[in-house]
Amino acid sequence: MFVITCPYCGERDQSEFAHAGEAHISRPTESETMTDAEWAEFLFMRDNTKGIHAERWIHAAGCRRFFNALRNTATDRFLAFYKIGEKPPEIDDVVPATPCGETVGSGNDAVKVERPPEAGR
Amino acid sequence: MGNYSLFSIVREGLRGNTGWTPAWRDPDPKPSYDAVIIGGGGHGLATAYYLAKLHGMKNIAVVEKGWIGGGNSGRNTTIIRSNYLYDASAAIYEHALQLWEGLSQELNYNIMMSHRGVLNLAHDDNEARQLKRRVEANRLNGVDAEYLGPKEIKEFCPILNTSPDIRYPVIGATLQRRGGTNRHDAVCWGYARAADALGVDIIQNCEVTEILTERGAVTGVRTSRGDIRTEKVASVTAGHTSVIAGMVGVRLPIESHPLQALVSEPLKPINPCVVMSNAVHVYCSQSDKGELVIGAGIDGHTSYTQRGSLDIIEHQMAAIIELFPIFSRLRMMRQWGGIVDVCPDASPIISKTEVGGFYVNGGWGTGGWKATPGSGHAFADLVANDTPNAIAAPFTLERFVTGDLVAEHGAAAVAH
Repeated sequence: MFVITCPYCGERDQSEFAHAGEAHISRPTESETMTDAEWAEFLFMRDNTKGIHAERWIHAAGCRRFFNALRNTATDRFLAFYKIGEKPPEIDDVVPATPCGETVGSGNDAVKVERPPEAGR
Repeated sequence: MGNYSLFSIVREGLRGNTGWTPAWRDPDPKPSYDAVIIGGGGHGLATAYYLAKLHGMKNIAVVEKGWIGGGNSGRNTTIIRSNYLYDASAAIYEHALQLWEGLSQELNYNIMMSHRGVLNLAHDDNEARQLKRRVEANRLNGVDAEYLGPKEIKEFCPILNTSPDIRYPVIGATLQRRGGTNRHDAVCWGYARAADALGVDIIQNCEVTEILTERGAVTGVRTSRGDIRTEKVASVTAGHTSVIAGMVGVRLPIESHPLQALVSEPLKPINPCVVMSNAVHVYCSQSDKGELVIGAGIDGHTSYTQRGSLDIIEHQMAAIIELFPIFSRLRMMRQWGGIVDVCPDASPIISKTEVGGFYVNGGWGTGGWKATPGSGHAFADLVANDTPNAIAAPFTLERFVTGDLVAEHGAAAVAH
């Protein structure tokens, strides 16, 4: 369960919000010249990042405005909230990881050994 | 490893159970294989089994980062059915159901398949109409389906609240009698044992960290237990399909979400079937141990954490108590989450990719378990022959470009 900071209203419970997918995907402006493959890329293909992920939320039961957030999808830790149109802040989330680079907090924890934090995003 | 039989049980009983051997070997990875399957869940082990059995590929390996069946195979609600709307889905899920029916015998391993029937409830006129349509579509595809009214539902599942006074009254339901549940671990162990007997190396605690390519084709995998040369890599890593495909730069139309389930304290047999409701959003069956196994919808946000949110549980409990008032004082024992990779059309991806020798089986979303044998069967055919067979053809990646989607949100029984 998340506590989410709406940039307009402040900290609220997750139940007031709805997740609205990956952020910073802009609708194509010259859609009439696009190929089917380019449409597929815009409509369907997603980064689905394991790690720091920029995503949209809507404060559905509050101000009803969209905003963006940076969240580490491997740990569910929120790193930043910012308004639509703003650039995502530069953030290094230092996460302990396994020898083969997988972050702790997801997957099969029994096979994970922490190594000293070094790498960021 | 001998065959399990009444004779072997009696013999071992008399010998103090000293003659049993491990059900599968624990080999170290060889330097090269004809094919490497990433992911030792039900789908991956089934793929290995059918590759070895039907396509004569004996020199293959299943690599699993943890232990076999420790991922989504151990995190689902084990419900089996094939009552999907569209022809393409009906074909693969019905194929799977037919394989389930004979699987214990085929694998010589009791998977505890129980065809106890699956009810899909309707709570309003639109849903009832859709479910009736689905019954007709199922019958055209040779899938058994019936439509029941409230009285017949009450007869089939007496503990279900069919009163017209509840907030979302049960006004009808589809019933697939051949649907049911089975034992998830037994399926993985049975497939592992049978694949191992055919020469497949099942390598646990072996995490793939890199997929090696040369001139646009796969040449091997780098793992936590060394490099393995191979020309065919088959990814069967539900939840992490995007991560594996990302190793060779393949982008997929997938988002990974948590899906959670929980289990109650054990009861005497009380729930005779599987009950699913798409609208109030809960599904419930009783395990052979007596626990109620209760599932819900996915969390709205993407995540890889194998955790679910509390608000989903609250929602799910409200629904279960409305449908089954008898459970109102039941204690819940444990809760868990798994990661499901959801496609925009709620249908899976069984496909080769633009990277030569790299095959993907994933995107099963919230309903992969029921497909396990059919998925492995169709995927093995693709990996062996490099072209999808008739069952796999509608589920290739091309559908997202051509627009020929298999939009199964309605039949997936979980809101996306």
